[in-house]
Amino acid sequence: MKGLKIIVLAKQVPDTRNIGKDAMKEDGTVNRAALPAIFNPEDLNALEQALKLKEQFAGTEITMLTMGPGRANEILREGLYRGADNGILLTDRAFAGADTLATSYALSCAIRRIKDFDVIICGRQAIDGDTAQVGPQVAEKLDIPQITYAEEIVSADDKKIRIKRRLERGVEIVEGSYPLLITVNGSADACRPRNAKRLMKYKKATGRSERAGNEALEQLAAQKPYLNISEWTVNDIECDPNQLGLAGSPTKVKQIENIVFQAKEAKVFGSTDSEIDGLMKELIANHTIG
Amino acid sequence: MANFYTDTPELKFHLNHPLMKRIVELKERGYANAAEFDFAPADFDDAMDSYDKVLDVVGEICGDIIAPNAEGVDHEGPVCANGRVTYASGTSVNLDATRKAGLCGVNMPYRYGGLNFPTVPYLMAADMVSRADAGFENLWGLQDCAETIYEFADDDQKQRYIPRICQGETMSMDLTEPDAGSDLQSVMLKATFSEADNCWYLNGVKRFITNGDADIHLVLARSEEGTRDGRGLSMFIYDKRNGGVTVRRIENKMGIKGSPTCELVFRNAKAELCGSRKLGLIKYVMSLMNGARLGIAAQSVGLSQAAYNEALSYARDREQFGHSIIEFSAISEMLTTMKAKLDANRTILYETARFVDMYKTLEDIAKERKLTPEERNECKEYNRKADAFTPLAKGLGSEFANQNAYDCIQVHGGSGFMKDYTCERLYRDARITSIYEGTTQLQVVAATRYATTGFYLTMMKEYAAQPVSADLKPMHDAIDRMTAEYEETIAYVMGKESQEFIELHARRMVEMAGYTIMAYLLMLDANRDAMFRQSAEVFLKFARTQNALRALFIKESDVADIDTFKVK
Repeated sequence: MKGLKIIVLAKQVPDTRNIGKDAMKEDGTVNRAALPAIFNPEDLNALEQALKLKEQFAGTEITMLTMGPGRANEILREGLYRGADNGILLTDRAFAGADTLATSYALSCAIRRIKDFDVIICGRQAIDGDTAQVGPQVAEKLDIPQITYAEEIVSADDKKIRIKRRLERGVEIVEGSYPLLITVNGSADACRPRNAKRLMKYKKATGRSERAGNEALEQLAAQKPYLNISEWTVNDIECDPNQLGLAGSPTKVKQIENIVFQAKEAKVFGSTDSEIDGLMKELIANHTIG
Repeated sequence: MANFYTDTPELKFHLNHPLMKRIVELKERGYANAAEFDFAPADFDDAMDSYDKVLDVVGEICGDIIAPNAEGVDHEGPVCANGRVTYASGTSVNLDATRKAGLCGVNMPYRYGGLNFPTVPYLMAADMVSRADAGFENLWGLQDCAETIYEFADDDQKQRYIPRICQGETMSMDLTEPDAGSDLQSVMLKATFSEADNCWYLNGVKRFITNGDADIHLVLARSEEGTRDGRGLSMFIYDKRNGGVTVRRIENKMGIKGSPTCELVFRNAKAELCGSRKLGLIKYVMSLMNGARLGIAAQSVGLSQAAYNEALSYARDREQFGHSIIEFSAISEMLTTMKAKLDANRTILYETARFVDMYKTLEDIAKERKLTPEERNECKEYNRKADAFTPLAKGLGSEFANQNAYDCIQVHGGSGFMKDYTCERLYRDARITSIYEGTTQLQVVAATRYATTGFYLTMMKEYAAQPVSADLKPMHDAIDRMTAEYEETIAYVMGKESQEFIELHARRMVEMAGYTIMAYLLMLDANRDAMFRQSAEVFLKFARTQNALRALFIKESDVADIDTFKVK
């Protein structure tokens, strides 16, 4: 079979796994300066699935696509070190402040420009928002099938791909045909390490915004085109500006609370009607629902 | 989420030694390789940045994959069935990770698919891998054997084998036999040349072979019928793809349990001669051994680091009498002494590695062009330094690793004696370092001549001549006094004009030399970076008293003692 054209969607996120006191700002937004920026963990699981397909099918090409500020080029380089073939950074002030809807819109416009693809693979969700919405929304906007919570690509041929999904109470194996989008669960294989030779080769790969004013880097990127990471702005994709960034984002954050769950607050309810009735009343009373 | 490179700044300090500029320039042939290989460095800074970044990858793999797998590998161990070895599952995961990261053939030249790294960063990787799992270091570190093929095999063999090693195929060096351990001259495995098939066949048994089911083996065998000594031995390459070697059993060892130690049966195993006949032991094994010994020195440093880290973290957490036990001076002294021994072992390891890099790279360049007379002298001088320092780094370093593993358990108290803590594995794993690749006693034999000919003394004076800041002056003076004491002691021994008397005190003399040299090296490290100041001071106290003890022993000894210590 011929090689696949794969797009891996990735996000650079603040590392929320080890947060200190200064993780949130006064206004309730994430204090990105206080947290190291990392490759979203489940997107790394997604990249690994793409790399496994590449190992299996010669001629497979992996393009990484991310949206973010100039420094998000860091995760594209990370991807190159691990085996991706190229990376595209979608970067523009017009994209800033996007919620999942505006993000998936921008990404889908960029994918339309890439045009030629068989599979889009992305992590189930990002650790900064935990929404798990962007992948499915991209599939909807592109009008292609989606398989979520993938744990393993069981097999693939030139028509179909067979996937093991990790669900709440077990696994199921489903098939999909190309083109399709897959979101990958954190329980899938961890991403392989950075490769020494690729690291030494691509460590000087940069995007336009990173090179600005640096003569040596400009020269290098001109001499060796593989050291140029594509950066696309709003002008490089066909899109409706009203659906981008803050303007295109219906989500409004009202308030953010810091909650620490404690085991002693756990309460056991039985399954009788009266007990369920009591539970519902309590949840409504404390505004958890309703 | 641990990174063994970034959490140990001592590594980066040693990587950035001033001599590296020269080493890298030689190794990269004045940076001419960049034109041909897209990942080769364009200049010195580029090269150092690459080493730094690749070591960061190694540190991450060690922290996130190899170290977490170590306990499982230790319990599960490899299995032998139907003449073949299956690694513990964690070992396979580790190998897969190091292969995907391209950490194979690390110091092999670009043209064979290697990374062309100098020995210094290569051993830093070995240092970290050993800290993560000393047993895994044996499998990963056997890529060292590629060096023997690179140095002594013919071009065709290099083309066929080295790229496979760079792709991640594993190696073994098959030397030991039931009756040939330290005494390799007694090797009996038979090599016969078949005129009909125009190839060599190997028959016999090898024992205690680390990773004996490897893809590519270097085998020491008797090619000259009727001979009985080392001059009848040649080196062979056996390719597992050709078949003929089976694993009869794997040993049940005390430590490094993840590393399969095999008994091998050769039955008409087809093999190729590596290099020239009859030079197997006297030239190739000697060269192979020096590399392997430095590998064990790195393994010792890694184990020492692991033991120190485990002890430190336990001592901080454990409370008795209302205090963390680290606050008690008995514990604190143990920990600072462990750290001093660790730093001393590490500094002599990388000093030796630099010597090796200098002479080996010059030797390699000599294959391409004639060396200048200055370069020839330089090559000879560094070769001698490397030969003199390797047994110190391995011999004394492996003893330190054992001492640190012992103290690590002591810090843990009763808990340390249980199987629940990492320290018991470290204790078992460390024990082999002072035995294999030449016991400490054999390292002393290799080092003695540098004590008796005054070479170590010359090195001490070389270090003493290097300027240090004023605040280190008292330390410098104290080490100079150790040098004077060492000089007197050696003169006393030599004055007896008895080889047996030299042998009686050889270990004491070599240890005195080693401790003095390490004290100087730590002082020079402290001069470059204050983080070594405490270790330099602690080690000086340790070394001075240890040397004084040995000086006293020797000076109160006479030739009559040769008899005193004979078992009657």
